[in-house]
Amino acid sequence: MRNDTLVKTDTFPARFMDKLLMGMPLSDYVRTLITPFNLLAAGILSIGIPLIVVRFAQGLASVTHASNEYPWSLLLGWGLFSGVPLSATGYIMATAVYIFGFKRYHPLVRLGVLTGFLGYLFAVIYLLIDIGRPWRIYYPMAVSFGPTSVLFLVAWHVALYLTVQLLEFSPAILEWLQSRRVRKWAVMITIGMTVAGVILSTLHQSALGALFLLAPGKVHPLWYSPYIPVFFFLSSIYAGLAMVIAVSTLFARFMSDRADRQFLETLEPLTVGLGKGACIAIFVYFAMKLIGVAHDDHWALLGTPHGYWFLTEILLFVLVPGIVLTLGVKRNSARIVRAGAFFALAGVILNRLNVSLIMFNWNLPDHFRHLVPPVKEVFIVLAVATIHIILFRWIVNRMPVLREHPDYEGHG
Amino acid sequence: MAEIPKRRPPEGEEIRTGSDPPEPARRGRGVSRRDCLKTLTVAGCAALAGGAGEALAYKKFPGWPDRFGMLTDLTECVGCRSCEAACNAANRLPAPEVPFDEKSVFEEKRRPDAKAYTVVNRYPNPDRPREPVYRKVQCNHCNEPGCASACPVRAYTKTPEGAVLYNKDVCFGCRYCMVACPFYVPGYDYGSATDPRIEKCTLCHERVRAGGIPACAQACPVEAIRFGKREDLIRLARQKIGKSPGRYVDHIYGEHEVGGTGWMYLSGVPFSALDFPTGLPDTPLVEQTKGFLSAVPMVLVLWPALLGMSYAATREKDKEKEEEK
Repeated sequence: MRNDTLVKTDTFPARFMDKLLMGMPLSDYVRTLITPFNLLAAGILSIGIPLIVVRFAQGLASVTHASNEYPWSLLLGWGLFSGVPLSATGYIMATAVYIFGFKRYHPLVRLGVLTGFLGYLFAVIYLLIDIGRPWRIYYPMAVSFGPTSVLFLVAWHVALYLTVQLLEFSPAILEWLQSRRVRKWAVMITIGMTVAGVILSTLHQSALGALFLLAPGKVHPLWYSPYIPVFFFLSSIYAGLAMVIAVSTLFARFMSDRADRQFLETLEPLTVGLGKGACIAIFVYFAMKLIGVAHDDHWALLGTPHGYWFLTEILLFVLVPGIVLTLGVKRNSARIVRAGAFFALAGVILNRLNVSLIMFNWNLPDHFRHLVPPVKEVFIVLAVATIHIILFRWIVNRMPVLREHPDYEGHG
Repeated sequence: MAEIPKRRPPEGEEIRTGSDPPEPARRGRGVSRRDCLKTLTVAGCAALAGGAGEALAYKKFPGWPDRFGMLTDLTECVGCRSCEAACNAANRLPAPEVPFDEKSVFEEKRRPDAKAYTVVNRYPNPDRPREPVYRKVQCNHCNEPGCASACPVRAYTKTPEGAVLYNKDVCFGCRYCMVACPFYVPGYDYGSATDPRIEKCTLCHERVRAGGIPACAQACPVEAIRFGKREDLIRLARQKIGKSPGRYVDHIYGEHEVGGTGWMYLSGVPFSALDFPTGLPDTPLVEQTKGFLSAVPMVLVLWPALLGMSYAATREKDKEKEEEK
């Protein structure tokens, strides 16, 4: 499926429209849009987007709990704290292929980088909806510096890393736009950007955990640990690997016409390979979590209701996916590895929600009442997630992500 | 080093309550440029000469000297809510939904928010059921505030006078200060779309600078809230506990909690029974993140070196393979 090379038109606007509509006449293009998924998406957006407008017109109180005890809600618990580890795909894949030399995984690099870039972009979008004065989002970078703050570090790193990932993905955009000369420059900086990406990711993945170090007593002791930055970083490694498995599975299932043969043929063995990596990372993480309990001597807390929940998290949502992944790798089965990967991702999301919401303020009266998010907020989250998927699909439909562009085969 | 307190703190006994007439501030001599240069030169020389012994020691900021604080004696408080009313008037806050002489508010526990910088809550007294205990809640003006170390845009300042102040002009509304505050103090103006801000007690900073005392302390009819230099207040609190040990729990809440707070409390019942957060570290909260933040430069420097080496190693292997061909 290479529509972008089929039709040759001359004027710039015509060529551009051609790219946007994937070489189809407008009426045909519109007809392709009427699908069950799109109807569902339209339904969600028709509720969610007006709610986003309401939030900006009337303040956060109109759509969230607006709680002074729980300043961070689902918007950040999901959008930022869960979204960022799931977007570790970019630095994981780029490092594996370009730095450590796992060249076999090259067909998955662009997908990893794009998943990462969009993940961060949307984390910022959730943030812009959540913060009180989004028009001042650049203040930590330009107006007033608070270097004692972990959030200062997060702000800088997320901003820089978003830029880095855009540059890392830019060859695909430039191939789509057939800008050969600029693309050459963009490819030249790959190694530099990859190294920058690892540094920035190491620091802000862990910093998202370190944010909660300032709240001893508010986060339950089983989740509050001096190792929390290490936990967040380690889990981002297997989250990134599992996310590449998950996203590639979905694309191979639903958009295989956008992938080339190399992608589709190598996907299963590569999935098992990624599963092996995720397996090692998940067991390292599991061991670290146990060391965390031992370090603070919190064994006795494991026998409390909160302890059962902690055990559920690390046994059912870390150890079990680890075992499933091992099984998949041993049997060389991409199917089992995929199941393990989705399971592991659920565990990462659960962990981030536990730290940022479920176990935050665990000792306040009426704690659990605060955990049920207002319907309006849920719809905003759903709407942003829907736009995320639509944009992802839009890019994969047009740009060479799951395939190599015929004009640039074997060029980085 | 260049920070020079703008005014000399008044001398002598400085603990004041509402029944003392407010004194005009005794301002210190302004700091002239010459003095300033002299101080800087001396400081610079001292730093260069570098007391070798001092350089080995951990750099520590013991807090602004002679800063003011407050002492609330919960055994005195009668729950009249005069402090709430005075605070509301002094800060020109919106009129309350329930009038300040209404006692029904005690039916539930309240917390400071964008419309009320201080609230008083009622707790049952385990020893004498007929005499409930009242607890006044407001910003504790920590010596090294968690909110200030959390703020990515440095909107918070601990002033030499003792107040922790918030600057709405740089705030972008991330609300990390609210996450970090161990006392659940900062309130956010969630209802505002265009001008939302953190609202909290300012220790009546302007009044104090003008020589006055905070409105709540002035309004208290039973001298349960005292204003003064923090050190004097600690001395006073010790005296009180010493004089009537049966009346008080032997603990000044805020003397050491999270590195010490400007606002301190005496109580006749255990602080944990009054919803005071207990089990807080005695070190400032910023210490909890120091280790992490000091690892940041290491990652910045070590990672490129290690990754560069790994990259070089892969290249080397590739080259060998090609040569073999």
